[in-house]
Amino acid sequence: MESWRKNPRPFWLFAVPPSFWLLVFFLVPLALVWVLSFGEKVGLLDVVITWQPDNYMRALDPLYLQIFAKSFWFAGLTTAVCLVIGFAVAIAITFAPARRRGLLLMLVMLPFWTNLLIRTYALIAVFRSKGFVNAGLEHLWQWANGLLTLVGLGELQLLGAQFEPLQLLYNNFAVVAGLVYVHLPFMVLPLYAALDRMDRSYIEASLDLGAGQIRTFFSVIIPLAMPGIFSGVIITFVPALGSFLTPDLLGGTDSQMIANVIERQFKSANDWPFGAALSFILMYITFFAIALRALWAGKRRRGSLA
Amino acid sequence: MGAVAAGLKFAPGTVLAAEEKKLNFYNWDTYIGETTLDDFKAASGIEVSMDLFADNDELFAKLKGGNPGYDVIVPTNDFVERMITAGMLSPLDPALIPNISNIDPTFRDAAFDPGRKYSLPYMWGTIGVGYRKSRIEGVPDDWKWVLDSDRYAGKTALMGDGTTMIQMAMKYLGYPLNETEPARIRQAEELLIRQKPNVKVFADDNGQDLLLSGEVDICMEWNGDILQVMEEDDDIGYVVPRQGGLLWQDCLCIPTGAPHAENAHAFINFILGADAGAAIADFIQYATPNAAARKLLSAEYNSNPAIFPPQETIEKCEVATYNGAEYTRAVDEAWTRIMAA
Repeated sequence: MESWRKNPRPFWLFAVPPSFWLLVFFLVPLALVWVLSFGEKVGLLDVVITWQPDNYMRALDPLYLQIFAKSFWFAGLTTAVCLVIGFAVAIAITFAPARRRGLLLMLVMLPFWTNLLIRTYALIAVFRSKGFVNAGLEHLWQWANGLLTLVGLGELQLLGAQFEPLQLLYNNFAVVAGLVYVHLPFMVLPLYAALDRMDRSYIEASLDLGAGQIRTFFSVIIPLAMPGIFSGVIITFVPALGSFLTPDLLGGTDSQMIANVIERQFKSANDWPFGAALSFILMYITFFAIALRALWAGKRRRGSLA
Repeated sequence: MGAVAAGLKFAPGTVLAAEEKKLNFYNWDTYIGETTLDDFKAASGIEVSMDLFADNDELFAKLKGGNPGYDVIVPTNDFVERMITAGMLSPLDPALIPNISNIDPTFRDAAFDPGRKYSLPYMWGTIGVGYRKSRIEGVPDDWKWVLDSDRYAGKTALMGDGTTMIQMAMKYLGYPLNETEPARIRQAEELLIRQKPNVKVFADDNGQDLLLSGEVDICMEWNGDILQVMEEDDDIGYVVPRQGGLLWQDCLCIPTGAPHAENAHAFINFILGADAGAAIADFIQYATPNAAARKLLSAEYNSNPAIFPPQETIEKCEVATYNGAEYTRAVDEAWTRIMAA
């Protein structure tokens, strides 16, 4: 770690551009938003910075807390579903033949090449009443009904008089399904990284010493994959918590998440200071989650040293 | 003609336009004639580059911190008023726009811009009910069917804009569209919360697509959006309910700090011409306030009740005004509660 002192020029050459970028395009705008959150709207265009916590107090109204709680529930559920599916996918990739792994990883990342908005509209085409899922089901229904008629049970209308499409769109199911679809790669990649690093001889040892497959999975694989699980959970949960496009386009009449409220403050409500305060509350929660992870990682390191 | 225009482009400072032959136009999507911009370039040599906004809030937010370089914008009436209040529009010079004489006299003045100092009308229309004729009993000419009834439960779409929804609820409740009384806003909120279980979705400007795809049978929408799907599907109808609704007017304005103000005047004058106005209205199928253009258009367009509702309905419609910051906040909070309920 001393090398940069001995050789400062290449160090600065590489460190300055990203630091500049971080400062100008991230920290400065963020600081402006932070200052704005202590402001008060005056007239249509102006904001006076009062340094009073009024906007934060307003955000503590049960109305907004309830929306925060709902967003947590959506993001939490999304993360849990992603973890279960993502773990299965990551294990499958890890144990796939080496020459296939690149292709499989590529398939996980492929959706990133398409814009989020387009992918969300594509989901609408899949889920809507006359969408692909319902069209497929209707086909099955007609086939089954034809079969029943053929064996003389058509009169009984066992499958109903006509096909009733499933209501898959414009409800909370659609929101969580959409969020899982969008965030799954964020979960798979860190899990794969953790599982790939894992020393396989631990699994062999566990199986040799008499533990079953399930016991091995829960007592050996999961603990070894813990750092990957934590990273995956955080980088899935944090963006899911701040989603606004998915609930906006796929949600029903009660799918509002906190980011939808924030978006409205910057647009129709024209109340940037309040929107800034709500954004920062989200940010504080995120920092808190990351701090928890750091704390946990620190404890683990100390534990293993002892 | 194109070659001449291109040649002129490099001629140093002509008498009429010392400005460079460029214009930045900020418009709604599918809201100009197919060849209007090319026709304008052929006539004036001015090259128009057009950016699109999705709603007035986006337009306002984009210009709020200072004009990023637009010369002509198309805000709706209440935002014209907002932007005048905020000093974001620059006054028009009527001497540079002789085609003002083409405008129907009823549109030459406006409550939101007295004396038409800052805005000229581009298109106007209504918010009403779009419906699938084969699934709806009769003509749903009452707000009741979308705001206060379970007859079309699960087959109804309302609009995703809180202010518009509260204003339509006011019309149903028999109050003025721009009602600001907190108790009445509360009443509108309760009405919408009560209706929520029957509503499939508060659509973000795509009610017409939901209607076309069969996702819903009845929806509240802008007339122009419904008209566009009526052309694809004969089974779709549009009506402005008997209580009346919102009458909107999109206006041509020049934002403060426009880099090509002279070109902007020339462009506005061009659009208000009879031929250009007729070509635009014919393509986008909105109601034009341009009387000279209407004379050139078909009887089919001029007598379409979805474009020009009956006079007695129009008389019950109202224009949204800018009702102040307190109202904006009250309505936003009501809408947040409605969406959270």
